[in-house]
Amino acid sequence: MKNFGYTIIKQRTIDYDQFDGRLLNEVLEMEPSFKVCLSCGGCTATCSAGDLVSFNVRRMNLLLRRGETVELESEIKKCMLCGKCMLVCPRGINLRNVIMLIKKSISKYKPVNS
Amino acid sequence: MDFPPSFILPFTIGLLFISVFLVIIIGIWISGLSRIDKSRIIHSIFTRKSLLAIRETFMEALLHRKIFRKNPVLGYMHMSLAFGWFLLIVVGHIDAVNHYQTFSVPAYKAIFMRYFITEAATTISGKILAASMDLLLLFVLSGVMLAYFKRLNSRIFGMRKTTKLKMGDRIALSALWLIFPLRFLAESVSAGIHHNGSIISQPTGQLLASILPVQTIQMPLWWAYSGALGLFFVALPVSRYMHIPVEVIMIFLRKYGIKVQKRIDGYSRIQVYSCSRCGICLDSCQMTHAAIKDTQSVYVLKHIRNKNLTDEKLFNCLLCGRCQPDCPVGLELNNLRMTQRIESTKEYNSSYEYLKNGPVVVSPQTEVIYFAGCMTHLTPAIIKSMKEIFTVAGVKYWFMDEDKTACCGRPLMQVGQYEAAKKLIEHNRERIMASGAKKLVVSCPICYKVFNEDYALPGISVQHHSEYLLELMADKRLPVNKLPLRVVYHDPCELGRGSGIYHQPRLLLDEYAEVIPIKNEKEAAFCCGGSLANIKIQMSERNQIRDKAMDEYLSYQPDVLATACPLCKKTFAKSRDLPVHDIAEIVCMAIRQKNTVISDKTKTKKELIMEL
Repeated sequence: MKNFGYTIIKQRTIDYDQFDGRLLNEVLEMEPSFKVCLSCGGCTATCSAGDLVSFNVRRMNLLLRRGETVELESEIKKCMLCGKCMLVCPRGINLRNVIMLIKKSISKYKPVNS
Repeated sequence: MDFPPSFILPFTIGLLFISVFLVIIIGIWISGLSRIDKSRIIHSIFTRKSLLAIRETFMEALLHRKIFRKNPVLGYMHMSLAFGWFLLIVVGHIDAVNHYQTFSVPAYKAIFMRYFITEAATTISGKILAASMDLLLLFVLSGVMLAYFKRLNSRIFGMRKTTKLKMGDRIALSALWLIFPLRFLAESVSAGIHHNGSIISQPTGQLLASILPVQTIQMPLWWAYSGALGLFFVALPVSRYMHIPVEVIMIFLRKYGIKVQKRIDGYSRIQVYSCSRCGICLDSCQMTHAAIKDTQSVYVLKHIRNKNLTDEKLFNCLLCGRCQPDCPVGLELNNLRMTQRIESTKEYNSSYEYLKNGPVVVSPQTEVIYFAGCMTHLTPAIIKSMKEIFTVAGVKYWFMDEDKTACCGRPLMQVGQYEAAKKLIEHNRERIMASGAKKLVVSCPICYKVFNEDYALPGISVQHHSEYLLELMADKRLPVNKLPLRVVYHDPCELGRGSGIYHQPRLLLDEYAEVIPIKNEKEAAFCCGGSLANIKIQMSERNQIRDKAMDEYLSYQPDVLATACPLCKKTFAKSRDLPVHDIAEIVCMAIRQKNTVISDKTKTKKELIMEL
């Protein structure tokens, strides 16, 4: 391959040929309200856990949609389930259920070698 | 020795089967209790508690006093069946003992006594007993008649809904419905043949003898009666009627101080089997306002029994506890659901390692701690009011969760994550204890409940701000000023049914406004629909529940809807024109009014509400 002098950070590369959407599909099926998320970030701004540690609810959405299960698992553990995100959500998304669904199912879909 | 007739076989087999079955299953359940609970049984069994349990069994399991209070017709139906049948057995045995003049009467001779007696009662006691047996049977039959009608139309009984039946229930129910009419027919026919019987069976018997070939139908009728009894006994373990024997055991264990634990054990199983599926809990459930009709306590207990409970049903409950006071068996419905939630989510409790090396806010030394709670941070007017009140009363306090504070842990507990919640509790507890405070004032009932019940805080009194403000007012540290506002007070679930605080907020409000009593208040209070305990409900469904509650509040035409919970406030505030305020806001506003009273003495209601 020709070297153009710039590169992509290897660990940030997402290979969509190996995209694993099983967790995403399960979550969306069980909690369809999550489909209407417009990534406004209100949830992240109000988050109690985000006040204490680097934790970003909106990013969780991104990780889920990209199928980055390993990173998602370590992130999701930080949530304290206080429910503020749900109350500020302009789309009325049932975020606590989304979190619980991910927590419940994530071990099923984690890549084996990780 | 005369050989008993063959028709007693179905009854005898059924009775044997159910006796053995009950001994085994109850033995398994009791051996499944914790050591402490077992020692509770041993230490209480020969005390007054057993007598109290017998009394309660009589009042509730036989007389059904609680159902009577709720609805007299429904109560009569249950009483006539339970107490009537019980008396039929007892008086029947006395009758048999009296007739055979011996105490060793086999059960079948008492149960099928009219078949064996070929002569009319001669003694006075015999006549009285025979007549009472007839009247008792009539009493039970009247209950069976009501049961038929109830199946056809439950509304007559003031019940809007009635539970759906499954196969085992249908068999047992049919058998139960047949037992007494068959017994009546069989006894009457025998009375017709032998020209005996008493006040009711005699005329009926004679009538039947004149139109029917009584000699030929006698045996089939006794066979059918015995068969119905046997079938009922055999179907009992797979039907809801299992509650009849299990409820009695449950009442005794409850009196001995055994409670539902945070895990599934023998007692939680006994409670599950004690549910009679009467469906009274359906009527008080607000989920039906949002057309959710399959997640109520009665169905969850049924699914636990059938081992087919799904998360969708388990978590689709507000845990408002409205069904609990209505349960005629007095089951711990919320706790039973909690045990299942703990079981369902125990695999993925978080450990919150970050709390250990997170930002440290050193606890200042203080007498009073104010903990607003996550929800209160979304209703800043409450925090503002509380700050102002603290200043007016001259209280020095530490606003603990102003910044960088972990959640109280209760929202995690409500979805079953007790292990995860423990980490947050420990973290917060250390911070509270380090401050050396004597008092913890909490604005959110959700936090209040967990601080009160699950935090070990020796020497610190935990108060909801309604209690605290009432105390300040009683100490004359807060000025009193009654505003000309009509207020409906909405009891938050976690504060009212959850923590038993009904009076303090009302006493406080009464000093600052006019509180209107309403129909559904205190124990019967509505849930706002915003409860964090339900993770499955959709926002639109929450709104339906809220609107229905709001409709009732609006019918009293209040100026303000007052509540004592930030989550209730937030839920209702999104609704209609009615202004919704926390009691702290109302108190603060009244004080502010009083302090500026010289400038404008005659503020109108509208201006007051605007100012709020």
